[in-house]
Amino acid sequence: MPTLDYLDRLEAEAIHILREVAGQFERPALLFSGGKDSIVLTRLAEKAFRPGKFPFPLVHVDTGHNFPEVLAFRDALAAQLGEKLVVRKVEDTIKQKGLQDPTGKYPSRNPLQTYTLLDVIEEFEFDACIGGARRDEEKARAKERIFSVRDDFGQWDPKRQRPELWNIYNGKIQKGENVRVFPISNWTELDVWNYIRRENIALPEIYFAHERQCVVLPGGQLLGLTEHLHLDADDEIVSRQVRFRTVGDATCTAAVASDASTVEDIIADIIQAKVSERGATRLDDTISETGMEDRKRNGYF
Amino acid sequence: MDLLRFITCGSVDDGKSTLIGRLLYDSDSVSLDILAALESRGAAQGNVDLALLTDGLKAEREQGITIDVAYKYFTTPRRKFIITDAPGHVQYTRNMVTGASNADLAIVLVDARHGVIEQTRRHSIIAALLGIKHFVLAVNKMDLVGYDENVFNKIVADYQDITKLLKLTDVTPIPMSALQGDNIVRRSEHMTWYTGPNLLEHLEAVPGAEETKAEPRFQVQYVVRPQTAELPDYRGYAGQIQSGSYRRGDKVHVLPSGLESTIEAIEINQKEVEEAVAPQGVIIRLTDDVDISRGDTIVPAHYVPHLTRELEATLCWMAETPLRAGRRFLLQHHAALVKASLPSILYRLDVQSLTHLGAEEARLNDIVRVRLKTAVPLAADIYRQNRKSGSFILVDEQTGNTVAAGLIEAVDPDYFTVAEPGAVAFSI
Repeated sequence: MPTLDYLDRLEAEAIHILREVAGQFERPALLFSGGKDSIVLTRLAEKAFRPGKFPFPLVHVDTGHNFPEVLAFRDALAAQLGEKLVVRKVEDTIKQKGLQDPTGKYPSRNPLQTYTLLDVIEEFEFDACIGGARRDEEKARAKERIFSVRDDFGQWDPKRQRPELWNIYNGKIQKGENVRVFPISNWTELDVWNYIRRENIALPEIYFAHERQCVVLPGGQLLGLTEHLHLDADDEIVSRQVRFRTVGDATCTAAVASDASTVEDIIADIIQAKVSERGATRLDDTISETGMEDRKRNGYF
Repeated sequence: MDLLRFITCGSVDDGKSTLIGRLLYDSDSVSLDILAALESRGAAQGNVDLALLTDGLKAEREQGITIDVAYKYFTTPRRKFIITDAPGHVQYTRNMVTGASNADLAIVLVDARHGVIEQTRRHSIIAALLGIKHFVLAVNKMDLVGYDENVFNKIVADYQDITKLLKLTDVTPIPMSALQGDNIVRRSEHMTWYTGPNLLEHLEAVPGAEETKAEPRFQVQYVVRPQTAELPDYRGYAGQIQSGSYRRGDKVHVLPSGLESTIEAIEINQKEVEEAVAPQGVIIRLTDDVDISRGDTIVPAHYVPHLTRELEATLCWMAETPLRAGRRFLLQHHAALVKASLPSILYRLDVQSLTHLGAEEARLNDIVRVRLKTAVPLAADIYRQNRKSGSFILVDEQTGNTVAAGLIEAVDPDYFTVAEPGAVAFSI
């Protein structure tokens, strides 16, 4: 009789959740950023639905501040999978809605992603959006359900969550509502990397150590140099061996100094480093102590 | 390395959050930036408040109590652990039921100064009701009673009543101080009289989920039909093996239709396997072209469950609006979603004493025994025998909200409760 280890169990749980989405919803979507968590989701979707097609398109909300390597990877993976990719740009939402493009030195478009996301949900009438968020990323996420119901404004109300019992997922929604689904809720960053190693999953190059021109931030963090930053004359630019732990908006996703050039190295790095992923690299969560919770209430993923 | 899911039960004052914080902290599972954030907040008090590690939401920070179920993770070289932190507050039975539904083990926290209290009974009853087999009686705050062996022994003796009442077969009492770190991850130097395992040693050694021991159950979640040039006639039934194991060549029944067929292939990740076990996700193909859709159950011919449109169940009522007999619902039995009515409430269970009380209605957090009728027959098992195929939820047809957790108690009218409250022993 086959014996299952913890990765087999996490995988089985995620596949079960993906199939529940396919079975319960009419127009689901898989939110796909080209980041490692969403890449892992596509592998899990292959395991859930092959030899059939995915019962959902891949949807990317492009901030326009993405790393070009990640976009190239995104397109190549979608082509290789033979699945439909829908891309909607924050840039266009800004124009259509007359929104204020963020200014300042590090103009993150993360807050604006919400508008584009809600628009794309409306455009395609998506009733479920699958995302790669994990409960270990941030304290507010630790309490979010695997099926998380949002109202027509995409808002999350932590006090009105449905209880989630056994592995029964209630996807019953009313008109205008939709559900965000998080199949890898119970995975940690280390679990994701161990799974990437076991499954031999390819990732964008920027996850591995490479030489890059970086701006040194006042706190000592390194930010990859891009055209979207508005730098001052006295900003210090250095060339460093770095890698990225997440691949969000390039204006607010810091790089970490690292020589880790393989998945093995990265796993060793994570075990050693012990700085949480969002803590290390996401500048927008440090704005207030409850940054994530405030943004989720407003419809952020 | 395998996986263990456990729930911590205790009140705000038992030091539950500190216990979880201590497990994370001493097993080196807290990242440095989170520690730094804690230290900056705890600076006023001069030390790190471990409880803050589990204190997730704004509203809770304002109220100073945990109000919902939260999940935490840590890993040792032997196991990955998923901690479900359910609040201990009196009115939150609903959260504890939710947390316990997925747990393999329950840590029941007792404050050494107060001993076994009402809440200890209530938590133990709910954990046992939800089918948890392994219990840790965590006698915390031993530092505040001078690490006195007699205090510990008295509490262990007092808990015997609960052990007997609930027929618990695995209770491990451990004296500890979460605040000081005694017997959590390290052996206490203050309690040399205690020779048992510390908490982490025990958590690493206890058996994990044992779904493979129950009878084989599999529900179709989704039908895979590629309809491509290469695979024009492929029909695969995708689902998770809920319990037991399945083998290629098994003669099977499909429920509720009753059709019979044989397993032609079991596929995992597009590869055929001879055997698959719970909780693996698989695609099953059958030799016959039978009509099967989502929610149908496929079972080996010699393990066919009861097919019923009438069942008796224990419910934990989770909605603000009280439940009254005569209501209609959607009953979600995993992948099967059927209309159901609730003709009668038989009694309410007192979660303090296990006695049965007469009940006209069920209010939020009440646990009641009810009779249910479904529009379509269900392939149902008794919860005590199978936590997966014996469980369901009730969904409000209008709002779509989950309003009750259901545990199937009887599927055969011969075993239904007939007499008035008190006449039938409640069993777990």
